[in-house]
Amino acid sequence: MSETSEDLLKTPLFDVHERLGARMVPFAGYVLPVQYTGIMDEHKHCRTAAGLFDVSHMGQVRLSGDSRVAALENLVPGDVAGLAPGQMRYSQLTNDQCGILDDLMITNMGDHLFLVVNGACKATDLAHMQSRICDQVAIEHLTDRALLALQGPEAVTVLARLTDSDLDAMTFMTAQAMTVAGINCLVSRAGYTGEDGFELSVANEDAAALADKILTAPEVKPIGLGARDSLRLEAGLCLYGHDLDETTTPAEAALMWSISKRRRGEGGFPGAEVLRDQLTNGTTRKRVGILPNGRAPAREGTEITDQAGNKIGVVTSGGFGPSFGGPVAMGYVETASAKIDTPVNLIVRGKTLPAKIAKMPFVPQRYYRG
Amino acid sequence: MNIKYSEEHEWITVDGDIATCGISNFAQEQLGDVVFVEMPEVGRNIDKGEEVGVVESVKAASEIFTPVGGEVVEMNDTLTDAPETVNADPEGDGWMFKIRLSDPGELDEMMDPAAYANFIEDAG
Repeated sequence: MSETSEDLLKTPLFDVHERLGARMVPFAGYVLPVQYTGIMDEHKHCRTAAGLFDVSHMGQVRLSGDSRVAALENLVPGDVAGLAPGQMRYSQLTNDQCGILDDLMITNMGDHLFLVVNGACKATDLAHMQSRICDQVAIEHLTDRALLALQGPEAVTVLARLTDSDLDAMTFMTAQAMTVAGINCLVSRAGYTGEDGFELSVANEDAAALADKILTAPEVKPIGLGARDSLRLEAGLCLYGHDLDETTTPAEAALMWSISKRRRGEGGFPGAEVLRDQLTNGTTRKRVGILPNGRAPAREGTEITDQAGNKIGVVTSGGFGPSFGGPVAMGYVETASAKIDTPVNLIVRGKTLPAKIAKMPFVPQRYYRG
Repeated sequence: MNIKYSEEHEWITVDGDIATCGISNFAQEQLGDVVFVEMPEVGRNIDKGEEVGVVESVKAASEIFTPVGGEVVEMNDTLTDAPETVNADPEGDGWMFKIRLSDPGELDEMMDPAAYANFIEDAG
């Protein structure tokens, strides 16, 4: 076995996963559970009850200093200035062509900004931030913290048993410090599944105890990376490195909803000119949902053609949606073919399979709005 | 019980000159929940080792290679609507296709259950 498991990092929940009999795989430089009881079972359980995910591979970053808001707005097209304390939003780090370097969550914690970035990108994200804004802010990579996600319709019931904080008042995309099972956490009402749920940032030394406590809840099952991917795909959420990369702009990626009118007008982030041009003149391609007409899944890399057989795009994420009950996919097509219900063909193992452009999410989002 | 196994984790049972083929229990365990099966069409002539179909799980697609050559005489239609049968009964109701053997000698190169058990223990 030459996968040099000594080079892979362990999260603080490694022993928990082993104890639960998880099948472990390398991911983003870590060894993480891909499944426990099976992807289908875990996926469906999350949408009907509650699932606990170890997402400690992700990067947690604290930005502090008086200029932190302006500094971060130098790097992202999101509206950071408009975030009230305890409020969070989704944005992207862009390069000078407005290509996406990573997508991230930004939370206003009052006296600092709290960022969560992708595990596979955290080293380059930090280097990027260091090189661009280290004279304006203090950048702290919080390597002493783990991250758990508790997602699903019963997540709030489970969490309410473990904390005295008022969860009724905590709407989607807000965050607060709270004590959960006696452990200090920073809890966000957000996630990567399309369900109501929470992400809990906790000190490494408390992570296993917190996970164990949450896992005693009858509603909760542990969920691996396999189901995490099928859940987010059904929810129409992008995976960096697949649906987003350095060649995709927020306009092409259909993420303009995450960029406010103020920021579109003012710019001030890398590639703002490119984006302005795309908003005026349109883009050549667009990220869309794709539904095969039949039962065969179409995976990443599948060629998309128009009905005459001309190549018009490619699938960037594809698989089977256990809750949807059939194959689902996401990809990019030329803008002229991007309208919902446009019939397209997918070339799968040399066969031409009919499909259509479809809206996302593929299953309804169930975020808690209060 | 004349079941035999290939190194690609397919199994064969033979009745006269008709062989029934599917994927092994080990294969379905490794794959996880099967969501789609593509099998060779009836009438198609296939050669030993040829890629004849695919088994898809939520995460990945896995090719099916026929361990023996001949003419496909039947495929298991129930797997179209119930691919999960492959997980539930991989070496019974989860059979995938039947083939009229062109060369029964090809069976000799396959493994008996004991040899296959060793094979997967070494591979795992």
